[in-house]
Amino acid sequence: MKVLVLVEEHNGSLKRSSCEAITAANQLTSSDNITAIALNASESALKSAGKYGASNAVNANESSIKGEAPALSKIISDYAQQNSFDTVLFAADSIGKEVAPRVSVKLEAGYVSDCVGLEVNGSDIVATKPVYAGKAQAKVKINTANNVLSLRPNVFTAKVIAEGTEANYSEFTPTLDDKSKSVKITSISKNEGKLDVAEADIVVSGGRGLKEPENFNLVENLANALGGAVGASRAVVDAGWRPHSEQVGQTGKTVSPSLYVACAISGAVQHLAGMSSSKFIVAINKDADAPIFKITDYGIVGDVFEVLPKLTEKIKARH
Amino acid sequence: MNILVCVSRVPDTAAKIKVAGDNKSVETAGVKFILNPYDEYALEEAIQLQESKGGELTVLTVAGDEATDVLRTALAMGADKAIHVKANQLEKDSFYVANNIANVAKDLNPDIIFLGKQSIDFDSFQISSLLGGLLDLPSVDVVSSINYADGSITGEKDIEGGKESFETSLPAIISVQKGIKEPRYPKLPQIMKAKQKPIEVKEAIETPLRTEILEMTLPEKARAGKILTGSDADIDELVRLLHEDAKVI
Repeated sequence: MKVLVLVEEHNGSLKRSSCEAITAANQLTSSDNITAIALNASESALKSAGKYGASNAVNANESSIKGEAPALSKIISDYAQQNSFDTVLFAADSIGKEVAPRVSVKLEAGYVSDCVGLEVNGSDIVATKPVYAGKAQAKVKINTANNVLSLRPNVFTAKVIAEGTEANYSEFTPTLDDKSKSVKITSISKNEGKLDVAEADIVVSGGRGLKEPENFNLVENLANALGGAVGASRAVVDAGWRPHSEQVGQTGKTVSPSLYVACAISGAVQHLAGMSSSKFIVAINKDADAPIFKITDYGIVGDVFEVLPKLTEKIKARH
Repeated sequence: MNILVCVSRVPDTAAKIKVAGDNKSVETAGVKFILNPYDEYALEEAIQLQESKGGELTVLTVAGDEATDVLRTALAMGADKAIHVKANQLEKDSFYVANNIANVAKDLNPDIIFLGKQSIDFDSFQISSLLGGLLDLPSVDVVSSINYADGSITGEKDIEGGKESFETSLPAIISVQKGIKEPRYPKLPQIMKAKQKPIEVKEAIETPLRTEILEMTLPEKARAGKILTGSDADIDELVRLLHEDAKVI
């Protein structure tokens, strides 16, 4: 197996989800057969792919594009075909989810998206992916000679396997026709300083039991004390208290942070689907019979208006 | 402007999922099925576009006989006609569906193809970009607003922790995010009228499965299930557990 991994840079180093993808590639083949590919990355960030087990790193320099799927998928497909890669890995983030299907069309490869597990069975790759928003999991075998996979962020652990090792670095200028430049990203606006609920390692969510939108400050304070992101139930998003970008659940975001704290959320099926794969789940709810308590590691049966300020203070006191 | 909207039929979000006897699929008996929620947003965007620019609005699904109900819902919302690509085989992967949509779209030649950003059964986020690859057309995913110009569109799409502004030439494929426009609920006269609208049935083209489900399971994670009260001592205990057991603080 020869594996190409799309990696992305953030603030001068590789994104964690990229490091996770390289680590996962090591489950499929040996380091010698793993190449990290990036668009307009820095040499130092790309070389650091070596310590996660990618022997080679290649940079596509093309300042006129910013990761638009038609262009980036052409760059990756061309590189994979010219260098006989049979498997391409992506992080299942906004770029990976748009680029991977196009690469799979070019490589005539079976593609499994948003994988949470990978195994090799003879010459076949069998991937595990959540379906029905995590209410079930499917084991999916790829039937084609070439494979494309995207991996859910925060699930695979990024592991340094060769401290101090740098990947063999090279760069090239890709050839792009007009057709592959049909989509143009004209500007990017990030909510500065605000962690996205899908990327955060700790998520604190609030539900209708908070009674008023202003009371979400209790949730925000706990999230800040923990260094986490704020999430919301569908009920409070539909009521206009919080933006849809914070909604956790089947028609919102599916999250799997290290810690999920559900505050005044009863735990509708569609909400549980979006967060039940979190590593640790804490719920605070005054109703001892709330369904959320069936899936929690630690539950507090109590009033969020009393518990949240105390919990926030005690966590702050630890720092 | 000719518009194609691709829709799917999925279990209701409130449905409890059980694995079927074959251990590869989910039990459908007793489960309520609905038009995929994200596809409702795609339809609403398409209907309002047609209302302002004219043209024909076709809705399409690749599914078994049972999917007629969601096509009728889409027709009641405002689509002019429907195409039902009959795929009665049990197992279909995303490529099978995309290949069949692409096969119809080649003849239909729409100016724009809308889809929901994902269908909430397999959550594969694949069809729009697979179509882009198969039809060699631009595609943009998770779009939250669109402005239409002659031969091109601009808009915004959601990314992690923010938004990107984009522009693309038409024809193009757009998958939409929840909330782009609030979907209408069809009223009785529209539902009655939809029964007279045509549903064209086409046979699916053969497409070998590129991926295959071996097994379906329900996630089992043993949870500590420790229940505490809101007392000071118990909150201290929670903080200790988060530090020592969960190791998150």
